[in-house]
Amino acid sequence: MAIAGRDFRELRLDDMSRNFGTVNALKGVTLTVRRGEFIALLGPSGCGKSTALNCLAGLLTLSGGSIWLDTTRIDRLKPEERGFGMVFQNYALFPHMSVRKNIAFGLSMQGRPKAEIERKVDEALAIVRLGEQGHKLPGQLSGGQQQRVAIARAIVIEPPLVLMDEPLSNLDAMLRLEMRAEIRRIHDVIGSATIYVTHDQEEALSLADRIVVMQSGEVLQVGTPEDLYVRPARFEVAEFMGYRNQLHVAAARAGNRVAIKAGGIKLEGTAVEPFVDGDAIAAIRPDDVAVAADGPVEVKTDASQYHGDYFYSSGHTADGVELFFRSDRRLDKGEPVRLAADPSRVLVYSGSRP
Amino acid sequence: MSEAALRKPADRPPLRVRLALRDIDGVTLLVLPAALFVLVLFIYPFTYGFVLSFKPKAGDWLANYRKFFSDPFLYDTVGATFRLAIPATLINVFVSIPIALRVRRLERRRVLTTLLVVPITLGTVLIAEGLLIYLGPQGWFNRVLSLVGIGHVRLVHNYTGVMLSLILSGFPFAFLLTLSHLTGIDPSLEHAAATLGAKARARFWHIIMPLLAQGLAINLCLSFVQTFSVFPSAVLLGAPAGATRVISIAAYQAAYEQYDASMASAIAMIMGFCQLAVVAVILASRGVWYRGATGGGKG
Repeated sequence: MAIAGRDFRELRLDDMSRNFGTVNALKGVTLTVRRGEFIALLGPSGCGKSTALNCLAGLLTLSGGSIWLDTTRIDRLKPEERGFGMVFQNYALFPHMSVRKNIAFGLSMQGRPKAEIERKVDEALAIVRLGEQGHKLPGQLSGGQQQRVAIARAIVIEPPLVLMDEPLSNLDAMLRLEMRAEIRRIHDVIGSATIYVTHDQEEALSLADRIVVMQSGEVLQVGTPEDLYVRPARFEVAEFMGYRNQLHVAAARAGNRVAIKAGGIKLEGTAVEPFVDGDAIAAIRPDDVAVAADGPVEVKTDASQYHGDYFYSSGHTADGVELFFRSDRRLDKGEPVRLAADPSRVLVYSGSRP
Repeated sequence: MSEAALRKPADRPPLRVRLALRDIDGVTLLVLPAALFVLVLFIYPFTYGFVLSFKPKAGDWLANYRKFFSDPFLYDTVGATFRLAIPATLINVFVSIPIALRVRRLERRRVLTTLLVVPITLGTVLIAEGLLIYLGPQGWFNRVLSLVGIGHVRLVHNYTGVMLSLILSGFPFAFLLTLSHLTGIDPSLEHAAATLGAKARARFWHIIMPLLAQGLAINLCLSFVQTFSVFPSAVLLGAPAGATRVISIAAYQAAYEQYDASMASAIAMIMGFCQLAVVAVILASRGVWYRGATGGGKG
């Protein structure tokens, strides 16, 4: 029997893993998702996020571990027995069925009465704001409309969990922003849990209640968008969160702060535990490096990019260390500027990497 | 000369540009050999045969056709051909669906595909000879049957022999077509159907079949035309004077035994008409089914 309805407390992934031949695409993912939560799986391509989603949907079997919906073990159920709604990257709308029939498909598979199907399809069309398009074939719709049909089709069966696999990646920038808001609105209206796969950190930050950062089949960090943005727990997460300046430094504790040195650069930073003196990587967001007349670092400008309210610039020190920073005017190539960074925004991670 | 008249040729885009706007350019010339081929080897002989069929050796212009439809020895060949071609086509095409459904998930598809292409390349004569020996009274098949005490089964020089050969040579063709149409269906459509609660059977009838209908119709047409013109195996493996006296045998006899080219042309025309009629029925019924259940392209 399908597990229908949205009345569940939590979904638990327990040490979920999946191998493809000798490749470990998922290496023991453990996560608990509460009802009503919006979770983003974030990571570069090949990190295992889509594999994780397919395992949840039942389209891939697990190599190890288990999946639980409250007290029911579901990882051995077929996809049609799980009753999760899934929105595919290419939408996967049935090309030979009208929009209404696409949306009604799940309900008619459950053998619901005709009147009920009609009513629920109407509701779903209203939620995704496609009331007038019901009779059309998917091929006659724009990308954004197709995407909304895919969402309507997934949510109309009232699944406990909605799975979305990079649903916005095929849309243009404007539509992407619009649909992002739409997806969050729909999530809030229907009140089930959503797991959303994306490689776009901005999308994850703006949509999710919690973000799961993945790399090479492992979970690096789970946290709220604020946690991840302000205090990435690992260097790899910082890299993914837009900490574009990564300096290989020698670091030593100095009171609450850490003193770091790299070539001619001497800065103060904040240690990310666990921290030991020695080789370290300092990660700084370009937004946190500003032009200051009395700044401790001097660079020669390489380029300035216009970004509306500010310029996104890059330069290098006398020792050849490249830095990305913000400036409020366009800098000429070769123009020397002094830079400063708030020590609390210079994150220092122990260890080194090539 | 007025100024306007002088300027006019310059205002008009050159001929080459105007042709290019209608998609006619140098590449269009590549169609010429094919067009010539069709003209010389199809349209001309067809027209020639068509006209020839109305110029009988004796009698008025419809004498050949009248003769064909009044002589049971001749008109029965139509029935004999249909009795072979329709079951063979249906078996080849519809048996290929479940097998292709399974095979498309195999990793070593290439090996299997190669194996299946072999009977196509061997040609019908070789297959017929092989079957004749293998299934014949002294062949392995009957010897094994006698050994287990079932006794002798007659499988050649009758309807069964021709049918077996038509399946053997026609199935790989039908299968490869079905497989290519099937792999053209986006697997995420089936995944989507599964997440929406559709079991395997429902996925097959609601998703696969409607999207396969188009390809299946083409497959049926091609397989039918192939089996309808059966000749070598009907002669070699069948009973060319009896149950498998197909229409192509009648045409052959008219042309090369009675030296009546006009009669042979008439029979060929009738044969062509039968094939066209069946193809038309298949394509028309596809239209009905496709518009009813489906209606769009692949996603």
